[in-house]
Amino acid sequence: MSATNFRVLPGKSSPPLDRTLLRRNVNKALMVVLLVAPGMILFLTFVLVPVVQSARYSLFDWNGFGPPTNYIGFDNYERLYEHTVFRSALKNSFTIMLLSLLVQLPIAMMLALLVGRGSLPGRRFFRALLFIPYVFSEVIVALIWWYVYHPNDGLATKIFTSFGLTPVEWLGDKDVVIYSIFLVLTWKYFGYYMILYMAGLQGVQKDLEEAARVDGANWWQVLTRITLPLMGPTIRLTIYLSVLGSFQQFVVVQTLTRGGNPFNSGHVLATYLYKFGIQRFYMGYGSAVAVVLFLITLIFSLGYQRVVLRRDFTQQSVG
Amino acid sequence: MSEAIKHTTLQPTITQRSLALERRARLNRRLVLAGKLLILIILGVIIMGPVLTAFLGSLRTTGQFLSRPFGLPTAGIHWENYTNILKSDAFWTAAQNSVLITAGSSTINIVLSSMMAFAFSRVQFLGRGLLFNILTLGLLFPLVIALLPLFIQLRNLGLTNSLWGVILPLAAFGLPGSVVILRSFFLAVPGELEDAAYIDGCSTLGFFRHILLPISRPALTAVVTMEIVKAWNEYFLPLLVLTDDSKWPLPLGIMQFQGQYGWDWAGIMAYVMLLIIPAVIFYIVTEKYIVTGLTGGELKG
Repeated sequence: MSATNFRVLPGKSSPPLDRTLLRRNVNKALMVVLLVAPGMILFLTFVLVPVVQSARYSLFDWNGFGPPTNYIGFDNYERLYEHTVFRSALKNSFTIMLLSLLVQLPIAMMLALLVGRGSLPGRRFFRALLFIPYVFSEVIVALIWWYVYHPNDGLATKIFTSFGLTPVEWLGDKDVVIYSIFLVLTWKYFGYYMILYMAGLQGVQKDLEEAARVDGANWWQVLTRITLPLMGPTIRLTIYLSVLGSFQQFVVVQTLTRGGNPFNSGHVLATYLYKFGIQRFYMGYGSAVAVVLFLITLIFSLGYQRVVLRRDFTQQSVG
Repeated sequence: MSEAIKHTTLQPTITQRSLALERRARLNRRLVLAGKLLILIILGVIIMGPVLTAFLGSLRTTGQFLSRPFGLPTAGIHWENYTNILKSDAFWTAAQNSVLITAGSSTINIVLSSMMAFAFSRVQFLGRGLLFNILTLGLLFPLVIALLPLFIQLRNLGLTNSLWGVILPLAAFGLPGSVVILRSFFLAVPGELEDAAYIDGCSTLGFFRHILLPISRPALTAVVTMEIVKAWNEYFLPLLVLTDDSKWPLPLGIMQFQGQYGWDWAGIMAYVMLLIIPAVIFYIVTEKYIVTGLTGGELKG
């Protein structure tokens, strides 16, 4: 814009042209502000600033009322590290993440291969049926399963006894509870990954698989040598989403375990944050949990994007 | 079958062999199909089992429930679990709040995110890359992580116990995802279309309003659908922000069954069913858009 200012001086015919150029620039700047500013302000106010603030709060001993004044350095993090409940919550979060990758995603892939294409009768019906839990609210899912897991002869117990197995205390045994939670999460979320895989499958060219088959490859070879490698971008994306999603679980776990029961063994990071930070007004301490949670997802996400996702999305980078 | 094979191995002629092979292949295909259907039916039962259990529970009394959680409604069907909810003012107030929260947050989200996505995809300006990267950083912050400082922020802004305190953060947290999807959709619109519009005398904003937005309807609908599902189901944020139970949305209404002497489980299950029905209808109507919304954007790359 400064260049236009200089050129206003000399010449006769240029001033009107330059003025329109200047006006056009100002108009464009105004337009950009109009388009971007409202969203950016909303985002900064309710997302970014609070998150950055929590890094600061985590260095204080603070109950959330009045300004934080009692600076204690990294004491909150030290206390976190020493708290056995926090460590078990951390372990549970990692367990959910690993199980999701090893169980949830393969099931979703298998179903996508079954329902995703071909001439299976009732294909659309089954797709809808398997996906529907995804649109249920988390609290509803948790309540339904609380009922299924009911220790007093609930559906899950009933199935176990009818097969002659000793019934398990689904939500009352501290060694079992995390797997019961995982089962519910799988029930709710595998349809989501199934849909993503189905979309990925559409990008796999059928003639490549056909060519392999003609060359004498059996279905397993076609699957592992052709189909899955071609679905690489989708698989890598679902791994990313699944890991992030695992660490962000809250409502299902909170509702099923009634806030981390039994004996605080049913916590994940977010429920731990809620119980020991928010509910007890240890805002500094809770912020430290939030920072740990955030750092885990940030480190994973940066590393994963740099190493794994980069080649899939290079064409999308902003100029 | 075995007869035919024996025959062909002894005296292979082309027609016989191909006939036998074909028959075998057909049988194989049928077996595979049966196996597939079996797997799908088993999984369908696993999916629907808990829902049906809840439905059966909603037709019994809490007394029956506590003595034997799983079972048929032997002592008559108790529709009053449903009618009691439908007759209560609290349910309809909650429904109204849910509609307000959902409509408000998804409207704000789609208006702001389409504007930003347009600027990030079609307008050159200084700091564009930086702003977009800051925004996508937001994909890493689920509500849960930011909840505690968000609550303090809302208190500072005087938004606690107000529906705006739920609507604005919901819209804000959805922005990064919506912008990413819409931006990649806008980028795919050919530049010739834009040039043609300008030649015909269209302004930049005119192109955005009269050409880009109308042709992006599938993507916009997909994003809105996803935002509606998210806002409708949101439980934690309203729980924290809205202290006055007359402002609660539907999912929080379940709390009213938590009585002094334990939970009214039959009532809860009826309530759960009442919330599931609109979700299922909504899904059936918008299935196409939900699928696009989930898989659109990045996945096409």
